[in-house]
Amino acid sequence: MVDACFWENVVGTAQPLLQMIGVGKRFPGVHALDDVSLEVRAGECLALMGENGAGKSTLMKIISGVYAADSGAILIEGQKVHPSNPHHAQMLGVSIIYQEFNLFPNLSVEENIFIGREPNRGGLVKRRALRADALTYLAQLGVNLDPRAIVRNLSVAQQQMVEIAKALSLNARIVIMDEPTSALTENEAKALFRIIQGLTDRGLGVIFISHRLEEVFAICDRITVLRDGRNAGHLVPSEATSEEVVHMMVGRPLEALYAESATGNVGPVILSARGLSRRGTANDASKVVLESIDLDLRAGEILGISGLVGSGRTELARAIFGADPIDEGQVLLDGQPVRINTPQDAINRGIALVPEDRKTQALVLLLNVRENISLPSLSRLCRLGLVRRNEERTLAERFIKALRIRTPNQAQKVMNLSGGNQQKVVLAKWLAREPRVLIVDEPTRGIDIGAKAEVHALLRELAESGVAIMMISSELPEIIGMSDRIVVMREGRIAGELQRSEATQERIMELSTGVSHEKSAA
Amino acid sequence: MVSDAASAPSLEQDKQGFSTADLLGRIAPLLFLLVLVAVLSYLEPGFRTERNLFNVLRQVSIIGIVAVGMTFVILTAGIDLSVGSMLAFCGMAAAIIARGSRSLLEGNDPGGIQVLWASLAAMGLGLLLGLFQGTLVGYLKIPAFVVTLGGLGAWRGATLLLSDGQPISGISNDFRWWGQGFIGRVPVPVIVFFVFVLVAFVVLRYSQYGRWIYALGGNQEAARLSGLNTTVLTASVYGISGFCSGVAGFLLTARLNSAEQVAGQGYELQTIAAVVIGGTSLFGGEGGVVGTLIGAMLIGVLNNGLVILNVSPYWQPIVVGVVVVLSVFIDQFAKRRRRRI
Repeated sequence: MVDACFWENVVGTAQPLLQMIGVGKRFPGVHALDDVSLEVRAGECLALMGENGAGKSTLMKIISGVYAADSGAILIEGQKVHPSNPHHAQMLGVSIIYQEFNLFPNLSVEENIFIGREPNRGGLVKRRALRADALTYLAQLGVNLDPRAIVRNLSVAQQQMVEIAKALSLNARIVIMDEPTSALTENEAKALFRIIQGLTDRGLGVIFISHRLEEVFAICDRITVLRDGRNAGHLVPSEATSEEVVHMMVGRPLEALYAESATGNVGPVILSARGLSRRGTANDASKVVLESIDLDLRAGEILGISGLVGSGRTELARAIFGADPIDEGQVLLDGQPVRINTPQDAINRGIALVPEDRKTQALVLLLNVRENISLPSLSRLCRLGLVRRNEERTLAERFIKALRIRTPNQAQKVMNLSGGNQQKVVLAKWLAREPRVLIVDEPTRGIDIGAKAEVHALLRELAESGVAIMMISSELPEIIGMSDRIVVMREGRIAGELQRSEATQERIMELSTGVSHEKSAA
Repeated sequence: MVSDAASAPSLEQDKQGFSTADLLGRIAPLLFLLVLVAVLSYLEPGFRTERNLFNVLRQVSIIGIVAVGMTFVILTAGIDLSVGSMLAFCGMAAAIIARGSRSLLEGNDPGGIQVLWASLAAMGLGLLLGLFQGTLVGYLKIPAFVVTLGGLGAWRGATLLLSDGQPISGISNDFRWWGQGFIGRVPVPVIVFFVFVLVAFVVLRYSQYGRWIYALGGNQEAARLSGLNTTVLTASVYGISGFCSGVAGFLLTARLNSAEQVAGQGYELQTIAAVVIGGTSLFGGEGGVVGTLIGAMLIGVLNNGLVILNVSPYWQPIVVGVVVVLSVFIDQFAKRRRRRI
């Protein structure tokens, strides 16, 4: 098979290994993909690029059978296929390696590679064959891994090898890797690139999803860029510059949604971070989460925090709020160092956090609108330990009106509200505390345009009334449209700071991806 | 984004009030209880005599008090398997303190005051044992199942050590009154049970603490990020469960006029059953003590009915087991219906 592919490539009449033609996918209220096409040829590595939310993940989930496309066609070697579930996609030769590995940490390397397909006799696993087969595939990758090692004890890079070996053992012809280098060190990434090279040499097609331009330019044969669920273009790295790619990724006009911000009444610094550092995640004890973050937040301003997913934005917010411990550094309020060890400490000092995921982190879905709004303020509403119902109702009513939360009544469980209204409930519960510092993490993720505009107007209004706002967002237009000042993070560090006047999507992307650039495009 | 949109249509449905399936799921245990009472009254007229009904209630009340504490624990998505053993330990401690005590009414005998000490000891010890377990769960993050499984064994062993393997009997009339006496025509333990239910109802429904419990059980991370002290709260519910077990232990000793090593054995099944039958979700955040009252009464009436109908007592745990599974099935079925629409 290797020879055949090689020969076809040379001759140049090769049928593309994978073609997606005019693929569309709608979710209720969102057009996630619209007429997207791409193709992967045997023996090539295709980079799939695009901003967060551009539709890359949805597209990959369609190829791998997680979602069904609403329209369009998928062809594998010219045959029309309809991958109906991930298992089916694997049978068709498509293997996907997600950022979060699908491995069983408690099992060994060999058991993981052949999970569900163990060589066996009458239900008993043939351990020797299992080991030999595992070694074969590991050797094909050129990796030196003990097949008996327990996956939990492996490094992230080694676990990734196990995933790739598993894909090979499934006879994958197309291997999709979703941001495979995001958790790797530089040397590990280089080793991965050699493996990818090995895969393409064997005639496999690789789809490489990454934000890191230098990697894409180093290893990929072609680039397909998505933007807002559409094809933004196809490029060949040797004929393109990184600026062209960035422009293709972000090149949309700034929505006129954002009013000019009134930066006139920015007040004194309220909150500062000095040297905030944190290392270690569940997977990797030495990974830099935050490194020497210095930050000042002033009354009346909206400070935008931009950066790629995983760059430390959320971690920074959680560290300031006391939700996660920090290793080093301190937080200052009005110039005085304060100890914030728990969210309670932060709240008592007038800091509020609207977290990234409202359903798992912000709302008690089983409680009603009133009870969710009053939760952080209960102590103020109680007498002798009993909640004063009338005061609670008044408070809830005030915020339901002020934020125009669309709910039949206060007693509606929040799980029955739409995303936008749920988000308003989260905002309401913090506004009821009258915070001095409001940190919002992805405040408009997954909510409709109307609610989005209302949330934006509300944030602006709050800033004008003197609240210091720190806004994290993956949406560049939102960051640029809303922020008075923008801090861009990259790999746990502050990569740069931009004033409103100098902020463009290109500049932010350059800082987030670390593309060195002599002359600013702005 | 997908699930946001998916949950939107249910808004319209909820505007129309509860769906029938939902309503049925909620009142199913009560309906079942009423039907059972009606059937038993018809089959066996002896069932509906005042004496028998109060007898049923008295039997229910001790398990019911433990189940009230269990409700708090389960509302936080926890579990307490140690209640029966704590009950035995506290009942035994109370008996040892009150042994040989005589009635206060017998004149200037200082021994009578020991009943007061005995009751305080039972409540205090229960609270302490519960808080100890709660500390392990809340602060050290050891799973509640494991901690209280350890407690299930350990407190039973402690009871045996305390009593040297012998039951302790011979307590004063004053003490026995708590288990065997009446106020008007109502047995004392029944009154204690209803007081516990009432207090728990007010706490869960109207107090700040109660709201915290529901928030913690509904979404621990959101509760923490809303500024609740989730470790202390978690620890506290086990304290409440221990306290209730202590009170129940005191009452059981009083009712039997004796503290037995095997007192409260199997209560973890019965109380968890009562709570779950009453509609409180094992995943936390949903339910309440009124359901527990109904659940406990349902179990009591079932047991009594089996006795009245001359069914072998060996059937009793089987029936309770079936009812638990059935009631959770009905509840889940109703919820699935509600969410699918």
